[in-house]
Amino acid sequence: MEKSKLLTAYRKMRTIRDFEERMHVEFATGGVPGFVHLYVGQEACAVGVCSQLEGNDTLLGTHRGHGHALAKGVDARRLLFEIFGRAEGLCGGNAGSCHVHDSSVRYIGANSGVGSGAAIACGVALAAKTRSDGAVAVPLIGEGAANQGVVLEAMNLASVWKLPVVFVFENNGYAEATGSDWAIAGGELWGRAAAFDMPGVAVEGHDFFAVSEAAAELIDRARKESRPAVLELRQKRFYGHFEGDAQTYRGDGEVDYLRSERDCLTIFTDRVIAEDWLTKEELAVIDEEVTTLIADIYEEVKEAALPAESRLFDNVYASPY
Amino acid sequence: MTTVSMREALNQAMHAEMRRDERVILIGEDVAGGLGGTGEDDAMGGVFGVSQGLVGEFGRERVIDTPITESAIMGMAAGAAMTGMRPIAELMFIDFMGVCFDLLFNQAAKFRYMFGGKAVTPLVVRTTIGAGFRAAAQHSQSLHAIFTHIPGLKVVVPSNAYDAKGLLIEAIRDDDPVIFCEHKVLYDTVGDVPEESYRIPFGEANIVRSGGDVTIVALARMVNFAVKAAATLAEKGIECTVIDPRTISPLDLDTIVDSVEETGRLVVVDEGYPRCGLASDIASEVAEHAFGALKAPIKKVTPPHTPVPFSPVLEDAYIPNDDDIVEAVQATLAAGR
Repeated sequence: MEKSKLLTAYRKMRTIRDFEERMHVEFATGGVPGFVHLYVGQEACAVGVCSQLEGNDTLLGTHRGHGHALAKGVDARRLLFEIFGRAEGLCGGNAGSCHVHDSSVRYIGANSGVGSGAAIACGVALAAKTRSDGAVAVPLIGEGAANQGVVLEAMNLASVWKLPVVFVFENNGYAEATGSDWAIAGGELWGRAAAFDMPGVAVEGHDFFAVSEAAAELIDRARKESRPAVLELRQKRFYGHFEGDAQTYRGDGEVDYLRSERDCLTIFTDRVIAEDWLTKEELAVIDEEVTTLIADIYEEVKEAALPAESRLFDNVYASPY
Repeated sequence: MTTVSMREALNQAMHAEMRRDERVILIGEDVAGGLGGTGEDDAMGGVFGVSQGLVGEFGRERVIDTPITESAIMGMAAGAAMTGMRPIAELMFIDFMGVCFDLLFNQAAKFRYMFGGKAVTPLVVRTTIGAGFRAAAQHSQSLHAIFTHIPGLKVVVPSNAYDAKGLLIEAIRDDDPVIFCEHKVLYDTVGDVPEESYRIPFGEANIVRSGGDVTIVALARMVNFAVKAAATLAEKGIECTVIDPRTISPLDLDTIVDSVEETGRLVVVDEGYPRCGLASDIASEVAEHAFGALKAPIKKVTPPHTPVPFSPVLEDAYIPNDDDIVEAVQATLAAGR
């Protein structure tokens, strides 16, 4: 992979990590309205997939979407403002953490109706196919959502209609408090692909290089042949389903193990230095810049203007009502 | 102007809009029909024949048959609408909304609001409502009120061929998700319809008949019964205004309130269920905005709070008709001050 792409990938993963670790702290002190679902530990999944997307490809995020948005190129400051319900947020404070959307970078709404993004992605792909613009749609789907009927309907339709959709299942171990080993019949989401006549691949989600290589092949095929595929990424999240989750369902030492043995940032850093692709100094520069960025935007957001109350009535309809 | 059925009027609207704008596509189960079969490719045109001939003119890239997969249809249509297409998605019977409701009320209806105005969702969901086909409890309901409940959706309930064409063209050109409810019994009713395209704006009721004694508000198939009842009552010297709102979200409340302020009496007729339905909704709006003008309690004419029955004698008893409306008008005249 080109050096510039490696630097971009590292910057994105580091930004997501710092953005989310700080969010964890801020949530505990009561500064964040509503609910947030943190992406810590899964950074290599979205960043690995997005490293293979072109500018006109679309990513569809989930409720655990801060990392998805940042990986697709959404501005961190305006994302943070949105999560804090501020006027300058990406969606003016109407979206919050769970529904952030930025059409300027083709990131379609983080979605709390789990699994629905799979069907919406079929429409995005249909529009792209109709225009013959070569674009691919990539819905991210949690492994819990994978058992929703709409996901299976979308997989069938994408195959019947030969749509350029790569269904990316993020298997992070738990659907809220229910283990995926128990909830998924057959145990393997990638294995479901064969039933819908599409290729299915599973890789370890803590390995940026494994994710990006698998994504490259499937996205390229979807683009060239207008055919769907399945990519399953396995990587447990480091935090709970939502912030405040006591995580009673996790065994002792599980998170310690994940942080010491399956941290995508450590694995990435060790590899790029061992292979001589990047230097420690280059990574340190990014670390410092990201640290500054996160400190600055978290300081700024607390003073940022709230939406005018009149905005309550805006944007219910596009045309007069 | 030619005399055509409501089915043909809707077909004309789709033909004209698909010719006019290549972003308009039709998605649904059997909207063309014939895929994977051994017979004709373009003979069916939907279970009620409304989309006949479209695939012949526009091809299967724009007239898209699907498996039986309502959630995926509605999700696909919403996603395509958000990214530059103008889909018409067919939900064969409104009764099936239970299997795809998330995509409509949680997704399509809310994109624009949730995303702070950064999305438009120009989606039309064509669906069928109404009893009278001996189709029993799961294919006969009039569930338009449920969609009316949801901010972000618009809901259309045409009562005749002329309105159906103008309202469908308006729906296709509208930038919001529109639920377009076609009453099955009305498909074969005929009316004078111009061959050229025309638009009927949403939120403008049609005053079908004017009279000073009682206001009757009726929707979809019930408009015909209301007109018939008004004619019967006129023979007895009772003059009714009949109002067809045509769209129930937005609702032209001003026209209804203005009329009630003149007549002082209101009968609301709807084929939807009586609880939390359009009859209740319109009655409550009028009670709030024209209470001082009312000379008698508002009367609602609806089916009973039961599923739609099968046996013809039971179904006929279930569906409100002109006799029920005459009775309600007479009751409101007998009551009050």
